[in-house]
Amino acid sequence: MGKQIYLDNAATTRTAPEVVEAMLPYFTEHYGNPSSIYGFASANKEVITGHREKIADVLGARCEEIYFTAGGSESDNWALIASAEAYAAKGKHIITSKIEHHAILHTCEYLEKRGYDITYLDVDENGVVDLEQLKSSIREDTILISVMFANNEIGTIQPIAEIGQIAHERGILFHTDAVQAFGQVPIHVDEFHIDMLSASGHKLNGPKGIGFLYIRKGVKIRSFIHGGAQERKRRAGTENVPGIVGIGTAAERADRTMEARTGKEKELRDYMISRIEAEIPYCRLNGDRVRRLPNNVNFSFRFVEGESLLIMLDMKGICASSGSACTSGSLDPSHVLLAIGLPHEIAHGSLRMTLGEDTTKEDVDTVVDALKEIVQNLRNMSPLYEDFVKKQNA
Amino acid sequence: MYTEKVMDHFQNPRNVGEIENASGVGTVGNAKCGDIMRIYLDIDENQIIRDVKFKTFGCGAAVATSSMATELVKGKNIQEAMAVTNKAVMEALDGLPPVKVHCSLLAEEAIHAALWDYAEKNGIRIEGLEKPKADIHEGEEEEEY
Repeated sequence: MGKQIYLDNAATTRTAPEVVEAMLPYFTEHYGNPSSIYGFASANKEVITGHREKIADVLGARCEEIYFTAGGSESDNWALIASAEAYAAKGKHIITSKIEHHAILHTCEYLEKRGYDITYLDVDENGVVDLEQLKSSIREDTILISVMFANNEIGTIQPIAEIGQIAHERGILFHTDAVQAFGQVPIHVDEFHIDMLSASGHKLNGPKGIGFLYIRKGVKIRSFIHGGAQERKRRAGTENVPGIVGIGTAAERADRTMEARTGKEKELRDYMISRIEAEIPYCRLNGDRVRRLPNNVNFSFRFVEGESLLIMLDMKGICASSGSACTSGSLDPSHVLLAIGLPHEIAHGSLRMTLGEDTTKEDVDTVVDALKEIVQNLRNMSPLYEDFVKKQNA
Repeated sequence: MYTEKVMDHFQNPRNVGEIENASGVGTVGNAKCGDIMRIYLDIDENQIIRDVKFKTFGCGAAVATSSMATELVKGKNIQEAMAVTNKAVMEALDGLPPVKVHCSLLAEEAIHAALWDYAEKNGIRIEGLEKPKADIHEGEEEEEY
């Protein structure tokens, strides 16, 4: 087996060495609790503020609007549950989409059980929400619209500014799960009319276990974790200082390198897509071709099943992921692939490859060469392919 | 997550292919759930399974159980083949993760479906064999790209 080729950067990324370096002193040297009085520890308060500012700068937000959390899922849970409770007197209707991450969808189910009414917007065959349907779904009692910035599976980027504008014209809060988009595409909370935004550190070459929720000043939202006065009393618990340094450094770095990095990734992405489409028959690109994350490639290959593909790729040192049922632990394939209208058997044969800052053209060529061979081998073993070929020849 | 034997049978599946004018063919599973198995049997006049081939659409466990099932019935008579249960297939593979046990059931059903086809073609009755219930056409859609 040759070297490993990691194409699962939507799952997590390698923590950048400069990020790790920035974090290290906060484990062994500057380990003081930022809430303590003495200078050794309280200096860490300034450190936290400095990194909060870095993130605020990237988003065009104010420092005090960034609240550190343990990651994207916590941010999503907080945004939905706490704002639902805070605005319950106004109404109990929330609008979201069918292709959200489970951190949103399962939280919505939780709220449904507690008397909230949720509208799940459809998406078109490329995974884009319909703005007209959004407008017509808004009611007197709608308190929140939550639509993800970019989809984690198929990479489709939503018309966030338009959604935000619709929400604001009607006086409705707008939350976006930007876990996949933050650090990959420019985001400005005012230009996009965003009231709340979730992000995570480990998707942008930062550490795991740290994320943040942006909450626009003036948004009523209750505390999520009760206890000390950390995070303006809204999220108690001794701050994860190394994590905060990590995500701040990573955010600043991702912003600084965005243009060059994503430019290179887009080129490689489009090269990979064109090679696969030219060289592997009976495939379908999932997600929007243009409104797409710079690093996302997602294909369905007819007549083959995703888990088989993943294991075969793994044997060749290639890391990727799939929306097949076998990889989700249930009998149903990915809700995202079903929502864009794929029949079950084609959704089972999906493969997501997400490039990273270290991905090279040679990596892409190696992967496509391997993929061609593997897909053909699996098709030769597939009764669906056998039937298809017989039908073609009949 | 898979045993070495499962990985071996997945990567080097035995008896992949088709048999022309097979004595019996059985297809079970449903593309909707992500698994389809087809078994071809070549059975001689003494009711011995002379050859067996398979084709499978499915996960690693589905391919491995198909491969192992074909190995277990090859050269056996039809009564012996009937005794190849999903448990026997699983044991021969040193076990499967709990979520993959249904794959071994599918392998057993595929053998039974092929035997049923053979029995029907020859107008015989096989002790303990019931009509297969799985139907691959359910939920199957023609999708053009």
